[in-house]
Amino acid sequence: MASKHYPTPMLDVLEEGPWPSFISGFKALRDNHPSERIRNTINGLLGQLEHSYETRMGYWKGGTISVFGYGGGIIPRFSEVGHMFPESKEFHTLRVQPPAGNYYTTDMLRQLADSWEKWGSGLQTFHGQTGNIMFIGADSKNYQHFFDEINEYGWDLGGAGPCVRTGMSCVGAARCEMSNCNEQAIHRHLLNNFTDDVHRPALPYKFKFKVSGCPNDCQNSIERADFAVIGTWRDDMKINQEEVKNTIMKKAAEIGKEGDRSAGRQYMFDNVISRCPTGAIKLNDDDTITVDNSNCVRCMHCLNVMPKALQVGDDKGVTILMGGKRTLKIGDLMGTVVVPFMKLETEEDYERIVEMAQNVIDFWAENGLEHERCGEMIERIGLVNFLEGVGIDPDPNMIKQPRNVSYVRMDGWDEAAEEWFNRKRAEKSAA
Amino acid sequence: MSAPKMRDPIESGCPDGFQYMHPVMRRNYGQWLYHEDPRPGVLVHVARSGEKIWTVRAGTQRILDVFTLRKLMDIGDQFADGYVRFTIRSNIEYMVADGAKVEPLVKALEDAGFPVGGTRNSVTTLSHTQGWLHCDIPGTDASGVVKAMMDELIGEFKSWSMPNRVHITTSCCQINCGGQGDIAINVQHVKPPKINHALVGNICERPSVVARCPVAAIRPAMVDGKPSLEVDEKKCICCGACYPPCPPMQINDHQYTQLAIWIGGNHSNARGKPTFQRLVAAGIPNNPPRWPEATAIVKKILKCYKEGARDWERMNEWVERIGWPRFFEVTGLPFTKYHIDNWRGARNNLNSSTHIRF
Repeated sequence: MASKHYPTPMLDVLEEGPWPSFISGFKALRDNHPSERIRNTINGLLGQLEHSYETRMGYWKGGTISVFGYGGGIIPRFSEVGHMFPESKEFHTLRVQPPAGNYYTTDMLRQLADSWEKWGSGLQTFHGQTGNIMFIGADSKNYQHFFDEINEYGWDLGGAGPCVRTGMSCVGAARCEMSNCNEQAIHRHLLNNFTDDVHRPALPYKFKFKVSGCPNDCQNSIERADFAVIGTWRDDMKINQEEVKNTIMKKAAEIGKEGDRSAGRQYMFDNVISRCPTGAIKLNDDDTITVDNSNCVRCMHCLNVMPKALQVGDDKGVTILMGGKRTLKIGDLMGTVVVPFMKLETEEDYERIVEMAQNVIDFWAENGLEHERCGEMIERIGLVNFLEGVGIDPDPNMIKQPRNVSYVRMDGWDEAAEEWFNRKRAEKSAA
Repeated sequence: MSAPKMRDPIESGCPDGFQYMHPVMRRNYGQWLYHEDPRPGVLVHVARSGEKIWTVRAGTQRILDVFTLRKLMDIGDQFADGYVRFTIRSNIEYMVADGAKVEPLVKALEDAGFPVGGTRNSVTTLSHTQGWLHCDIPGTDASGVVKAMMDELIGEFKSWSMPNRVHITTSCCQINCGGQGDIAINVQHVKPPKINHALVGNICERPSVVARCPVAAIRPAMVDGKPSLEVDEKKCICCGACYPPCPPMQINDHQYTQLAIWIGGNHSNARGKPTFQRLVAAGIPNNPPRWPEATAIVKKILKCYKEGARDWERMNEWVERIGWPRFFEVTGLPFTKYHIDNWRGARNNLNSSTHIRF
């Protein structure tokens, strides 16, 4: 016999309206789930949530629990109002690492659901903001059993606390023609090299890898990742001129002027030619386009407008930006370009990117202050010290513009200039 | 008696995604040629081999119960060969190798209550945080805000009526796990933390709390003979950064935890460089269960964007083109001294030109 339902007048309002309601899902578990344990737990959870809605305050507090052998990966939650809602007073989340790109088979999800219903609350999220599958609501005696069970069939915990966090990758080469890299391979090479750092939080603060296959950056890596890998290319974009012509007529039709070539051309001028950030595209009289590739910054806009007519080039690789993060504690920071271009094809290439990530994490672990993200450390010590610390040469692509403050000591100028010329010579002879 | 033998974890890390990928995607990995958008919520990708894969995207409630998850899986088994994926904004995507199954799949999803849409120039599902349901420092709920707001924006989810894509995010505290968005609805605390001095000494590692404060407003103090912390309330920016490591410094308040709206966050490099969101509205009551004040402002901003922006302009690009004074004029939102940045590097945000629209 389930305990008496807590009244939920405010949450009931969230069952109205056309969008799918999480409250209806909770109530289905509370009322219809065969397990009395789940029915009770969700009843307590609804009671506490209603209490939050009434009082406009949250009532969960953290703690320290993990599975045997690990130091993190679980978000412990104990209720501060457990005396009022004892059924859900322990309600921990397990963070589970998904594959890059978040692909699943229905069979695998059913298997996870079966295990979760056996040991947990029956609530899960695809995905949390760090990229994990969130299994929300295990109590202290059951979480280890759930982990053991899913760990046996292929799943591992993600990170929580000051550690390498679960990575995120876009849909990528699996389905997107804009992809310039093998997101799956990059993601797994990077993340699985740091498995120990994911499971045992020992870093100054969180460290996030995110991979986007093109500069559209669908994973929001520039703003959210300490180490952002973004696919790009360095030869010419590919143009199918027949498709450019078709696009012009297709756009005319889309704006309600079927067959009106000049309307289609106007659309091209307004939405492609004048939108190119570097003025690198020209529309010719015969409805073909000419692209000044040496001036193209691969912003992706024209490819987004004409995915059938334009394709990325053949000489693909990645740009790496480091130090992006959100608010805490010195305000938002974008990632900074640290590697303008890097090929990622051979095993050696992958070894090189893993080694670079290792150098960055090691340097930051040694020099970062407590609770200081990598980007905040870069701001505190300056990019030049960071580059020297991780062994990367300066490059004009790292800056928006050279310095404008004259207060700087430059007694190493001659050596620095010579290094530049030596490097340029070496690059030339290697090419 | 010896301790029971514990099982050592298998540290397998991130699993191999290829085992869960639709065979058409596996076969054509890295070999896609172009895509088209047959209708809102549906994509078709064409590979160099000539093979096609249709994707149908539907909105979910994000916090899924196992019944709903199984319902979504039944639909996947029936129409999509048993393969699904989830997007960064918790939409579910079904991959379909047979174009004839697309319309029945759309219908099955809609009949089961999952709206199909969220692609191209639509308002896609709000990304959000855990909120009162599960976070230890939330100033508001997140799932509820999203549900309430998407109820009103569902028409925009299912259509292509915006100038470009619109990403909306919510966050239940100022740390802002919810992320960057064209529109971000975030918590804004407006009063310094209330300190329970009796608890600080036992619970908080005082030096790390002092170190966490971005404006050095916290210092150690003895209160009633016990070690505690004090806050210089004039300096305090009410960010709440001290609260996670020191819960007795309660920042959340039923009245003074409010909402603020920020716009123009855009992580894409398309056309312009990525941009962070900017404050446009604050002092919005944290008003469950439907947060009508916040939704009204979001809808107003969306309406002005829809009317004023050109094709392909994201919200930040629209405002850059028309200028911030015009933005405040067309939206009717008040411009106050709080909109003027006074944080590090703030002068970079001030106007040093005569570029003024009259």
